Amino acid sequence: MIKDITIGQYFPGESFIHKLDPRNKFFLTMIYMITIFISQNLYSFIFVILNIIFLYKISHIKFIMALKSLKHIIPIIIFTAILNIFFIDGNILFSFGFLKITDMGINLAILMSFRVACLIISSSLLTYTTSPVVLSNGIENILNPLKKIKVPAHEISMMMTIAIRFIPTLIDEADKIIVAQKSRGANFETGNIISRAKAMIPILIPLFVSAFRRAEELALALECRCYNGGEGRTKFIQLKYTYRDFFALLFSLLSLIIVIFINFI
Amino acid sequence: MNIISAQNVFFNYENSDKNIDILNNINLNIEQGEFVSILGHNGCGKSTLAKHLNGILSPTKGDVFIKNISTKDIEKSLYIKQLVGMVFQNPDNQLVATIVEEDVAFALENLGVPLEDMKKRVDKAIETVGMSDYKKHGVHQLSGGQKQRVAIAGILAMNPECIVLDEPTAMLDPSGRKEVMKTIIDLNNNHKKTIILITHYMEEAVLSKRVILMDKGKIISDNSPRDTFSNIELIKSIGLDLPQATELIYNLNKKHSLNFPNNILFEDECVEFLFNLLKKEL
Repeated sequence: MIKDITIGQYFPGESFIHKLDPRNKFFLTMIYMITIFISQNLYSFIFVILNIIFLYKISHIKFIMALKSLKHIIPIIIFTAILNIFFIDGNILFSFGFLKITDMGINLAILMSFRVACLIISSSLLTYTTSPVVLSNGIENILNPLKKIKVPAHEISMMMTIAIRFIPTLIDEADKIIVAQKSRGANFETGNIISRAKAMIPILIPLFVSAFRRAEELALALECRCYNGGEGRTKFIQLKYTYRDFFALLFSLLSLIIVIFINFI
Repeated sequence: MNIISAQNVFFNYENSDKNIDILNNINLNIEQGEFVSILGHNGCGKSTLAKHLNGILSPTKGDVFIKNISTKDIEKSLYIKQLVGMVFQNPDNQLVATIVEEDVAFALENLGVPLEDMKKRVDKAIETVGMSDYKKHGVHQLSGGQKQRVAIAGILAMNPECIVLDEPTAMLDPSGRKEVMKTIIDLNNNHKKTIILITHYMEEAVLSKRVILMDKGKIISDNSPRDTFSNIELIKSIGLDLPQATELIYNLNKKHSLNFPNNILFEDECVEFLFNLLKKEL
């Protein structure tokens, strides 16, 4: 049940996008975010969506899967939509007491939900196509200049690597605990939100305890493998910009410019 | 030459309310190339002893020397951890990176090994444990036995002279257990690594060349597997099991007051012995 959350998961592959430099991919993701946020009308959205589908196509990752993983974000999308519907001024269509729904509100609500969905789908591609270790290496590399102002770049990337490494392990563990508690008669499916939240406690406590136990053993294992902080480390994964990164950058900048133009239509 | 030498080692946790020595006057010498297994009941101090062997813990009294360097010497602590590698029980908690070869490279990254050299050593270590086909796989896709072999490869990449394994098979299924044991025996035979195996499976202990029995923080027996397990009363008195073959003969002897030899360790031996016996009868 928890297992079908695919956000943040990595799907190994050899595609054009897989081979891009992670630092570049961060930058490209930013460009795409900007592109999504400045697109104003239907045409630009169609363009953006086709563009993202194209990216999924060349990275050999199923677009459907990204859509499926969206279903966990639906509450967030609905929340943004509701905020927009009720709090944007414009021509009033309906009103209940102090709440009023305006045409501009509906317009923006739809726009924002689309934006959030596109944002998540497009930035998921970053983690889908980049091994977590490469990703955190990229982050470390980007943050490296900030070491001068005491930003712990290596520690941040190490923490990310370990966190990402333990996601599948802890998910397995959580599934086991859920099954174990269910077999003792725990009920997670019925009742109101508060009683369901309370029902989570017998899952969370064992999960935390075991996470701490794992952390302790991991710390020992790190020590046994001569881990001594970031000083004097060499890197197994070397980051290198190639001609691909140049093309990808060109492509995304071009998309951005096209969206700007379409907005004027 | 002694690779590990423990001299009058005592250990207790400072803030524990019970004032019991977890290790109580341990004296132990382990020579290069040996295959030693350490047996004992839960809480007898065997894991604590293991942690002394590469300086994770240091003794409250006494000394542990690795190649004549005391584990209390903080400046040499990285060197000691390189000499004596350690593999733990749960493979999931030892793997740092998500991809097999990245994980094996972790120790070498820490040691600052240059990239070219690192690649060679990683490949060699992965090959030694027979995981070459899985180099690019994610660690969460592997079986328990495979994960544990990757953990061994991660230690092996440092090129240690001695590997301490703390119940490496306790969380594995029988086939994983077999895989890991095969790897361990191969490391000892063909790669001349000193192996210290902490276990509570008697079937694994009989494969080593020297068995150390521990009880209440003391070493109570240090002998070849055959001599150790023929001292059945001692084994039983500290609550350990016998290897199945030995147990069978022991029970035959006891129930029917027979006088069969009690130094049979392996299934094959037992089969051979019973077969010869039956042949004589017929």
